[in-house]
Amino acid sequence: MNEFNTTAAKGDSMTAAESNRTPSSPRSVTLGGNTRSMEQEDICIEVRDFKLFYGEKRALHGINMKIPKKRVTAFIGPSGCGKSTLLRSFNRMNDLVDICRVEGQILFEGGNIFERSVDITDLRRKVGMVFQKPNPFPKTIYENVAYGLRIQGINKKRVIDERVEWALKGAALWEEVKDRLNDNALGLSGGQQQRLVIARTIAVEPEVLLLDEPCSALDPISTLKIEELINDLKARYTIVIVTHNMQQAARVSDYTAFMYLGDLIEYKDTDTLFTNPSEKKTEDYITGRYG
Amino acid sequence: MNNSLRVWFRKGDPWVWLNAGALSISIVMVLGILFLVAARGLSHFWPHAVVEGIYTQEDGSQINIIGEVTDEEWVPVSRLRESGVQIDTDEPVVKRILVKTGNRDVTGLDFRWLIAERLQQRSTPDDIIVIERREWGNFYGRLLSVKEAGQVVAQGAEAKAAFEESLRRALDLHADIRYIERGAIGSVNYEMERLRLREKSLEREGQLDANMQREIAEERAGLDAEYQALYQELRQLHEQVARDTIIAVAMNGVEKEIKLADVVQFHFPNELSLLQKIAFYVHQFWLFLSSDPREANTEGGVFPAIFGTVLMVLLMSIIVTPFGVIAALYLREYAKQNATTRVIRIAVNNLAGVPSIVYGVFGLGFFVYFLGGNIDDLFYPEAAPAPVFGTPGLLWASITLAILTLPVVIVATEEGLARIPKSVREGSLALGATKFETIWKVVLPMSSPAMMTGLILAIARAAGEVAPLMLVGVVKLAPTLPLDGNFPFLHLERKFMHLGFHIYDVGFQSPNVEAARPLVYATSFLLVAVIVVLNLTAITIRNRLREKYRALEN
Repeated sequence: MNEFNTTAAKGDSMTAAESNRTPSSPRSVTLGGNTRSMEQEDICIEVRDFKLFYGEKRALHGINMKIPKKRVTAFIGPSGCGKSTLLRSFNRMNDLVDICRVEGQILFEGGNIFERSVDITDLRRKVGMVFQKPNPFPKTIYENVAYGLRIQGINKKRVIDERVEWALKGAALWEEVKDRLNDNALGLSGGQQQRLVIARTIAVEPEVLLLDEPCSALDPISTLKIEELINDLKARYTIVIVTHNMQQAARVSDYTAFMYLGDLIEYKDTDTLFTNPSEKKTEDYITGRYG
Repeated sequence: MNNSLRVWFRKGDPWVWLNAGALSISIVMVLGILFLVAARGLSHFWPHAVVEGIYTQEDGSQINIIGEVTDEEWVPVSRLRESGVQIDTDEPVVKRILVKTGNRDVTGLDFRWLIAERLQQRSTPDDIIVIERREWGNFYGRLLSVKEAGQVVAQGAEAKAAFEESLRRALDLHADIRYIERGAIGSVNYEMERLRLREKSLEREGQLDANMQREIAEERAGLDAEYQALYQELRQLHEQVARDTIIAVAMNGVEKEIKLADVVQFHFPNELSLLQKIAFYVHQFWLFLSSDPREANTEGGVFPAIFGTVLMVLLMSIIVTPFGVIAALYLREYAKQNATTRVIRIAVNNLAGVPSIVYGVFGLGFFVYFLGGNIDDLFYPEAAPAPVFGTPGLLWASITLAILTLPVVIVATEEGLARIPKSVREGSLALGATKFETIWKVVLPMSSPAMMTGLILAIARAAGEVAPLMLVGVVKLAPTLPLDGNFPFLHLERKFMHLGFHIYDVGFQSPNVEAARPLVYATSFLLVAVIVVLNLTAITIRNRLREKYRALEN
C-alpha cells in the first residue's frame, strides 16, 4: 500500500518517478532521457475520430489520440481550445450538459464509453476527476474521503478507516489532518482542500485521474505540493492534466498535447514538444506569441 | 445657494434621509403596536386598588360603591344631557370613570360608568376583599365569617386566616374532582365509546354471535362498575367540598354566602405590599397561561388555545416541509426547464396570493366533506351517522394551512437549490454517485438552511391565520385537548382552540364586552409571543445549519 513516496524530488523528476514504480509491474517501461516513444507504451484511453457539439456549435473536430497507461499526459492550449471539454469527455461529465452531443469513440479498457451498456457511475469511479476549484463537500474531512466508499456500499467502519488513512497518505495530506479528521473540510486551506479532493478521488481506487487545471486556484507553494503529488501518483494511475501553465506541463508531464480551436495540433513526448515542436502553431504558443 | 442645494441633491443626501425616514416609520409602527398590546394586555393582571365611595344617583339617592377604576374618559356635557342625565355644571365636558364593581349575582351589573365628581368620600380600605369565583365573576366586599358545615368557625379578624386554610383544602379537593372528571371518567367514557363502536361494527359485519355479545357485555359491566366507583368517589368529594362556605357583605349591604367550591382565589388588594403585588401578578399571569377558560371565555386562562395553536403549527410544518421540498426538488432538479415549468412556477407563486378564506372553503369542501366523508364511509362505518373525520378537525386544519403555506416553502427551497454550486454536484457525480445519491447526500443537506427559511415564513403565516381555520376545525370551546392519555394519544379528528380565533371570539362574540377587552389584548400579546417563539426556534436551527455550510457562501 505504501509505494507512495512523498519525498520524491521535483523538477525533472523522471528518474525519481521511475525508481518509485513498483518493480512488480511488468508494464513499466524503462526509458532513458527524453527519447520516450508512444509506440512502446501500453494504451489506457484511445480517442477515435471524436467530435463534440454544443447544440449546433462544434467544439471538438475529430480528435484522434492515445493516452498511455501510468504516464502523465498534459493538455495545453489557449482558452476555449477544447482541452477541458475533451478531458471531461473521458468520464462523460459532458452528459450533464443538455445540449451536448458526441460522435466517434473513446475506448477505455477496450470498450467504447459511449455505448448504451456502459454503467456511467462505474465509468466515473474508474475515471476519477479533480476540478479547477477545490470542491470538498461540507462534511468532515473523514466523511469527504469516505463518501465514494459509502456510495459503493462499503459500510464497515474498519475498512473505511483503513482506506481513508491510505488515501490521505496517498494524497500527502495525512500528516496535516490526522488529528482533526472530524473537522469540517471547509476549514482547510485551498491547497489542502485540493489534496483532500485528490484523496477523495483515489480512495475509490480509480485507474485514471483527470485533473482539470488543479492548481489554477492555488498559491505557488500549494501548487508545488500538488505537482510533487502528481509525480508520486503516476506510479499507480494514468494521469491526464489540463493546464494553462506551460512550465507546469513541462515539469510534470511525460506527454503533452497541444490543442487549438477544437483540433489536436501536436501530441508527443513533452521534451520533444517543448524543445522541438514540428508545428508552427505549437511553436508560436509555447514561445508566447498568442494564448 | 442654488448651487449648494444642487450639490446636496447630487450627493444623494435627500435619498438617505428618505430611506432612514421610511425605516423609522416602520420601526415606530411595529414597536408601537407591540407596546400597546403588551401594555393593555399585561396590565390586566395587576392587582389594582379597590375604591370605596358614596355615589349620588340621578334621583338624588346615594349608594355605596366598591370597585376597581378600570377606565376614564372626558365626555361633552351636551351628550350626557341628550341621553337624559340631569347635570348641573358650566363646564363643557365632565369626567366619567368605568368602575368594575363585580358581584354580578347581587347587583346585576359588573361594570358601570359613573360621573367622577358624583363619587364622593373615596377611600381604599384595607379590609376589602376580592374573591375570584368560578361563576358570576369577581366578588368585591368585606369578609364576615367562615362557616364549616353550617357552623360559623371564624369571625372578624380570624376569618381571613380561616378562609385561607379552608380554601387550601377546597382547592385540593377541587383538583381531585377535576382529575376524576377529566382524567379517569374521561378515560372510562372513551373506552365505553370504543366498546359501543366495536359492538356496532361487529353487528354490521354479522359477527356478533352470543360469545361476542357476552364478552362485550362483560367488558361493559366492568367499565360500568369502574364508572360507578368513580362516580361515588366524585360524589363524596363534592359533598366534602360543599362543606365550607363564607359569608361576605357586598357594597349594597347584602350578605352573600359563597361556596368555597366556587372560589379560585381571594386577595385583599389594598393591603398588599409591592412585593406581594408582584407575586400576585406573576401568579395571576401563570393562571392565565395554564388554566382553562371560564364564563364563555371571558375569564380564566387560554391554555387550550395556546396548546391548539402550537400543535396545529407543528403538524402543519411536518406536513408542508416534505411536500414543499419534494415539489421544489422535482421542479428544479428533474423537470426540464421549459415553458411548462415556467407556467408551473408562476402558478405556484400566484398561489401564495390567494386569499386565505378561499383555502378554508376549499379545505371544508374537499378535505372535510369529500376526503373525510369517504374516510368515514370506508373505515368508520360503525360510527355513522356521527362523523369521525367527516367534520372539521385538527388534521384538516393542519393540511389546509399546509396547502396555504406550500408555495412559500417551494419558492424558498428552489432558491436554495439553485444556489448550490455546480462544482459540488460535479464532485459527487465524478466519484460515481448517481444523481439521486448526489441530491440525497450532498444537495439536500446543503440546501437545508433555505428550506428552514421557507419553513420560518410558513410558520409566521400559518400561526397568524384565523379565517380558514374557522371553517376547518377551530371552535370557541373544545371539551378536550387533541393530545391526551387515551390511545392513540394524538386525536387528529378532534376540534381544537386557537389563539387567533380566541381573540375574535372574546372580542366580538362575548356577552360581557368590558370584562373581555383586556383579555383581547392579553391574548393578542400571547399570540405574538407564540409566533415569535416558534420563529426563533426555526431561526436558531437555520443559523446552526448555515454555520455548518458557511464556507460555501463565497
